Amino acid sequence: MQELWELFIIFCRIGGFTFGGGYAMLPIIQREIVEKRKWATDQEILDYYAIGQSTPGIIAVNTATFIGYKRKGIIGAIVATAGMVFPSLVIITLIAAYFTQFQDYQIVKHAFAGIRVAVVVLILNAVIKMWKNSVKDWTGIVIFCAAFALTAFTGISSIIIIIISAVAGIFINIRRVEAK
Amino acid sequence: MILLTMFLEFFKVGLFAIGGGLATIPFLQELANKYNWYTTQELVDMIAISESTPGPIGINMATYVGFKAAGVPGAVIAVTGIVMPSVIVIVLIAHYYTKFNEKPLVQHAFYGLRPAVVGLIGAAGFEVAKISLFTINKFLETHSVLNLINMKSVILFAVLLFLTNKYKKHPIVYLVFAAIIGIVFKF
Repeated sequence: MQELWELFIIFCRIGGFTFGGGYAMLPIIQREIVEKRKWATDQEILDYYAIGQSTPGIIAVNTATFIGYKRKGIIGAIVATAGMVFPSLVIITLIAAYFTQFQDYQIVKHAFAGIRVAVVVLILNAVIKMWKNSVKDWTGIVIFCAAFALTAFTGISSIIIIIISAVAGIFINIRRVEAK
Repeated sequence: MILLTMFLEFFKVGLFAIGGGLATIPFLQELANKYNWYTTQELVDMIAISESTPGPIGINMATYVGFKAAGVPGAVIAVTGIVMPSVIVIVLIAHYYTKFNEKPLVQHAFYGLRPAVVGLIGAAGFEVAKISLFTINKFLETHSVLNLINMKSVILFAVLLFLTNKYKKHPIVYLVFAAIIGIVFKF
């Protein structure tokens, strides 16, 4: 019971104090889990992270689930995940409840019109960064363009695109590896 | 009933959004078109709020969307839905502790998945650009190319693109800056 509570609190702290998610959380997870409590080694955390990236869902949540499961089984996984999402639930619900009252003010409208431009820039920068890590050859460029065009200009579901690209990746890459 | 639909939809987002927070955006955009839970414009505001508050972006987005559509129960259900696939998949992997991501089949799949995910997020960014930089309705009304783009927004876009790449500050800095510019120049 004691350790479950500790799991909840630690992941609450990690979820509540890191801005930006994903990689921003890695140093804090390392400090809390590896250095302070020795619940895992650095290498294990990196493995969890790598697995978290290549499995469905949010990376930070996947890492929390992994550590929770390693400590206390399924209950531990659920408790660690609950801890991770708890601060978001509270903070965002408060903002959402509050923001609705303010969004009709003219000054708030102007502010958010500006902010929306910044969001385009943030997404564009993220896409450029991801492009550098993910699109390595012509096949990658073709898949990128197809996914972009199908999503932007047709009503095809992103789920279909994800499934097709995974299957295409398997067939193309097996051939590519065999050809070498 | 809306809660059940919401749970299932967010479960699907959690299951198919691979590669972190931003990967949820294209799926959330689809939901904006499919249901009347929120508009694309609200989704963009949500992205800004999620980037400026602590916690994983995907979770923040699910909370916000869920709350907007169905209050506190909506927020809890949406978050439960989005994390459920993670919990199931990770528990299975942790149980058998396989080096899942080193399996050849997984690596082959990711050869195709990675560029596709970038394409999906790029398309989501394009949608956001359409409502923040372009004034397509005005263009369709007047048929004047001058009305196609929102000049003030495009200038701010160029300035921010330069600043974000020159100074690697936290996103919140640029969001606040953009808000101030928006207020001062009446965007």
